[in-house]
Amino acid sequence: MKALVTVMPKPSVLDPQGAAAAEAIRHHGLEKIGRVRIGKLIEIELPGAADEPLLHEIARDLLSNPVIEDYELKIQ
Amino acid sequence: MKFAVLRFPGSNCDQDCVHALNAIPGASADYVWHKDTSLAGFDAVVIPGGFSYGDYLRCGAIARFSPVMKSVKEFAASGGPVIGICNGFQILCESGLLPGALVRNRGLHFVCKHVHLRVESDESRFTNAAATGRILNIPIAHGEGCYFADDATLAHLRTNGQVLLRYCDGQGKITDDANPNGSRESIAGIRNEAGNVFGLMPHPERACDPLLGSTDGRSIFDSILKS
Repeated sequence: MKALVTVMPKPSVLDPQGAAAAEAIRHHGLEKIGRVRIGKLIEIELPGAADEPLLHEIARDLLSNPVIEDYELKIQ
Repeated sequence: MKFAVLRFPGSNCDQDCVHALNAIPGASADYVWHKDTSLAGFDAVVIPGGFSYGDYLRCGAIARFSPVMKSVKEFAASGGPVIGICNGFQILCESGLLPGALVRNRGLHFVCKHVHLRVESDESRFTNAAATGRILNIPIAHGEGCYFADDATLAHLRTNGQVLLRYCDGQGKITDDANPNGSRESIAGIRNEAGNVFGLMPHPERACDPLLGSTDGRSIFDSILKS
């Protein structure tokens, strides 16, 4: 089993990396694009059972910073 | 006054801080390893700059969970002065000891240069040796120094006079051009509500010796000594 934690910058936070990537994407010929945001995906291998409340706590308190980021937890 | 200068794996301004502090009459400084849990005998805490834990995950995100940080929180709760410089500011924000967060510079580049800072208030333990409105010349060196907080937090900081330093031009004007990293409201340094925890992106320890081009950083440390 795996826990996948997606961390994305909040829409209100400046994301200069995303803006730079958007510019590069346009240079590659895909001109009609909206905003590009760059986040991260954290994969946690879980040999045992998934302790979902604890995983949420870890995603909220360690893997993301609620001041600037939102997270999403998926277990698969 | 005895300063504890914390050392995390990846701190790299710890020696500069100890050197600068030991040169100030009335101040002495010593290192405290991040795995230590006691701050007994120290009157103030400095969290220096650098790249604690390689800046992995987010700047300051892992250092926040180091054993010494529990003692720093207790020290701060009991009213002891704590100053976080650069990576130290990031650690203080990650720890929740200061509001907001530091994110990637607006221009994406690591910016390393002398900047002008306007002292927004001298009614603090960290700026009382510098008059309100004084312009300080202190270097910055960071890739993630763009201060972010939501509108409500910014309003709260303003109302309480918690913004102590703003980036400005040579005349003390707050302009977008003088903002090196895109910080909201040109914020370079803030204090907590209680007034004993201060975080700033510029490096006052690098502006304490005439040989380095400026001694304006002294006013920050002199303020702590004065209070």
